[in-house]
Amino acid sequence: MASTTAGVRRRSALLPQAHAPRAATRPGSRKERRRAGIQGWGFVAPALLIVLGLSIFPAVWAFWLSLQSWDGFSTPTWVGLGNYQAMVTDAALRDAVGHTILYTVLFVPASVLLGMALALLLNRTLPLIGVYRTAIFVPFVASAAATGILTTYLFNPQFGLANTVLRALHLPQQGWLEDPSQAMVVITLMSLWGQAAFTTVIYLAALQDIPVELLEAARIDGANRWQSFWHVTFPQLAPVTVFVTVWQVIGAIQLFDLVYTTTRGGPLDATQTIVYYLWQTAFKSLEFGYASAVAYGLFAVTLVITGGVVLYSRRAKVEAF
Amino acid sequence: MAVQMLSRSPVPDAPDDIRLTRRGGRRHWWWHVLLAPIALLFALPFIQMFLTALTPASEINKFPPRLFPTTLTLDGFEKLFAESDILRWLLNTAIVSAVGVTAHLVLCSLAGYGFARLRFPGRTFGFFAVVATIMIPTQLLMVPTYVMFARVGLIDTLGAAIVPWLASAFGIFLMRQFFLSLPAELEEAAVLDGCSRLQVFGRIVLPLAKPALATLAIFTLLGSWNDLVWPLIAINDPASFTLQLGITNFQGDRRTDWSLLMAGNVVATLPLILFFVIAQRQFIATMTFSGLKG
Repeated sequence: MASTTAGVRRRSALLPQAHAPRAATRPGSRKERRRAGIQGWGFVAPALLIVLGLSIFPAVWAFWLSLQSWDGFSTPTWVGLGNYQAMVTDAALRDAVGHTILYTVLFVPASVLLGMALALLLNRTLPLIGVYRTAIFVPFVASAAATGILTTYLFNPQFGLANTVLRALHLPQQGWLEDPSQAMVVITLMSLWGQAAFTTVIYLAALQDIPVELLEAARIDGANRWQSFWHVTFPQLAPVTVFVTVWQVIGAIQLFDLVYTTTRGGPLDATQTIVYYLWQTAFKSLEFGYASAVAYGLFAVTLVITGGVVLYSRRAKVEAF
Repeated sequence: MAVQMLSRSPVPDAPDDIRLTRRGGRRHWWWHVLLAPIALLFALPFIQMFLTALTPASEINKFPPRLFPTTLTLDGFEKLFAESDILRWLLNTAIVSAVGVTAHLVLCSLAGYGFARLRFPGRTFGFFAVVATIMIPTQLLMVPTYVMFARVGLIDTLGAAIVPWLASAFGIFLMRQFFLSLPAELEEAAVLDGCSRLQVFGRIVLPLAKPALATLAIFTLLGSWNDLVWPLIAINDPASFTLQLGITNFQGDRRTDWSLLMAGNVVATLPLILFFVIAQRQFIATMTFSGLKG
């Protein structure tokens, strides 16, 4: 009912503006301003309500929860900054941070370099190039659930393809996901498989933006292929490299899905990441307050990393953002 | 910058990179030697997925293992359909994605248009709030959203999986950027002819927005089809399982029944693989845009 009225009003709201040029649509009288308001909010309100209701509202609520101790059922008790203090001495959290850093260090440089290398390889006309592109890009649509099942199969110590290849090469068999020192490496490899498309596509777009004249000039000056890459292409890619690195770091410190679908944090907690720990704390141990504090800690780290890199790249005159 | 990415394919086509091949002349084979093994390596997990789904259970655990099965069978799929609710999960996921994509297209394009073209009090603040939410990581929202959904009775229903996909800050932002890149003259002419803003939006602006709408649709489809974390938290009732949740749980129960598990994997992945192969250009534009939105 209310929406019908608003709809009718919205339609009529346009009449006064109809004969005026665009600059004059700036609402003048109070009545016109109200009409413009109803019209504008009519367009944006439905999406805005959903987006803010599912983000800003719960984000504020999460902060409120982080100051309490609550299992979701009983009466919450106020603990102030107690949850944040507990994080400092939480050995399991410290281990999870360590595992997350390990994954980030393994994954981010590898994914950036792989993306750059693949983009350079794919940035040419060749027969079959479309087939190569499709083969490399299509894993992008594989879900974490599907990737998880594939990972446990390919890296199965008994009959998995990885050990079959090693056996054929007369190399020692590995435990892969069952070996605490290798599990994170396997997860990194499969993350790279699924996400190479993303960095590659970004770099391909960036390569296309490099002015042809620059490379031509380098060639005329007698630069060989390596020299023109190192002195022309690579510096031109710098902003994209900064951007992609930040993006991948933010993604890496939020690793959860692939851990859940492969090792569930094992073996011996070797793949227990921050978000996996957060999920366990919240939905297995039902420590809603403490989990919210951990989530805010993660958010703060994300903000600091992003802010730091933005400041640094502004100062270094690399316009990545 | 970001929107320009939409209007042209980021994948290089013939004319402007001939310069790269000229030097190699006819010696194309060198690139094939490099690229073919890489492409094969990337394709390998999917090849194994399809082959294993078609391999008789008796052959999988045999030693020494072999890459290609001696016989192909549909036993894995038959068992899958007989022993799991896979069709139900497929239907659930299809519903979540269909509702999510439709709602996204309608709500985000309306809001994007409002923020791009209409002047109204609170517009700047509203848009600022939308952009600010892009920074908030989903992990921060899991607990309160769970509590919120539990209070309104959404937990364990398909609705819990649908609601978060109705609209997104990214979608509003994408559509606004796109509408800002369109010339406003056409719309002004229509307004002068007596069209309402809603008519202008529906008849003039939306038909021009197809590339942006395609990007948004693919973004939403990929996200909603593949989502695991949120259904994992919000849905424990097998009747409301999504496909991803279903096959993940199945993996826990049937650790050794590989042809069955891979058959499930094929059902969950094949629709998106086919869609990717058909609409590759659009997918790539989506990836580029979601990367460049910062």
